[in-house]
Amino acid sequence: MNDYIYGSIIISGIVTWLLRVVPFGIVKNVKISKGVMSFLSFVPVAILSAIFMESLLVYNSGTWPAFNIENLIASVPTIISGVISKSLMVVVIVGVISMACVRFLM
Amino acid sequence: MNQELSARAGLKDVVPTLVGYIGVGLAFGIVAKAANLSVLVVFIMSLLVYAGAAQFLIVSMLTAGAPVVTIAISVLLINARMSLMSMTVAPYLKKESLLKYIGLGSLLTDETFALSMNKLNYTDRQLNGAWLNTANIVAYLVWALSTVVGAVLGSAVSDPKFLGLDFAVVAMFIGLLYLQMIADHSKPLIMHLEVAGFVMVSIFVLMRFMPGNTAILVGTILGCLFGMAVEKK
Repeated sequence: MNDYIYGSIIISGIVTWLLRVVPFGIVKNVKISKGVMSFLSFVPVAILSAIFMESLLVYNSGTWPAFNIENLIASVPTIISGVISKSLMVVVIVGVISMACVRFLM
Repeated sequence: MNQELSARAGLKDVVPTLVGYIGVGLAFGIVAKAANLSVLVVFIMSLLVYAGAAQFLIVSMLTAGAPVVTIAISVLLINARMSLMSMTVAPYLKKESLLKYIGLGSLLTDETFALSMNKLNYTDRQLNGAWLNTANIVAYLVWALSTVVGAVLGSAVSDPKFLGLDFAVVAMFIGLLYLQMIADHSKPLIMHLEVAGFVMVSIFVLMRFMPGNTAILVGTILGCLFGMAVEKK
């Protein structure tokens, strides 16, 4: 049982480490083309939008995703706080309080 | 956030993201403990794998007794987006020594990646090892400790969704996304909004056919291609 658990963890660790480090090796040794750089310049906004949207949805195999209502509601004051404050710390605090309120009320 | 790229600035800049690490870390520890994993296993997993979603997945697959190969492939899929982030941030760090360079890549997360991209907007597109290393290491230690505390508390706090702490990580991504869109002047705001809108619709459609984490990877790639097409026009 322990071999199984530790084996899984070690292999998962190696897979994850390679995913993180191999691109660093490629970038160091290969000249990155203009097209790839242009592609990569969109990664930050694209990946953050993807992570955010995914957190608003609930995957159901074989049908359309449902909305995560709690996250959806708590996101509204969170977004507004970001627009007003432009501070990451404020956004995080407002987000946590919003979610606590949503859970308390629902 | 300002233009300073010192270890001190790294420490200061990473603080807002720590609430997210603590919230999710505690939740992970509690869930892992509930699945009968020991505190030591939780600690080792956090140090070796160091990836929120993947760690939750590993726990559920271990509980189900999934084959090691299946676990490895699932981790590969769920974490594949890390390669995109590494690829994006690495060009700014090429001048670091090899060991430091590898170290910076080894500890890169969604959060410290997004933080780096935000930082670039204040530093005239510069990054360095001192700043990112500090942010990375603080995040790494806080994550590992939070998961351990969660596992120790485990039985005392049975509901991992206590308060709204688990939402801290979503809130943080909302903040980082918004700040990125308004601060990254390398593209007009309208283009950022178009890419964000396109990706969000894509994620909805993709999640009809695949789980969320795979959708994040595919949606991001589609979003970047869409952005390139818009930019060319």
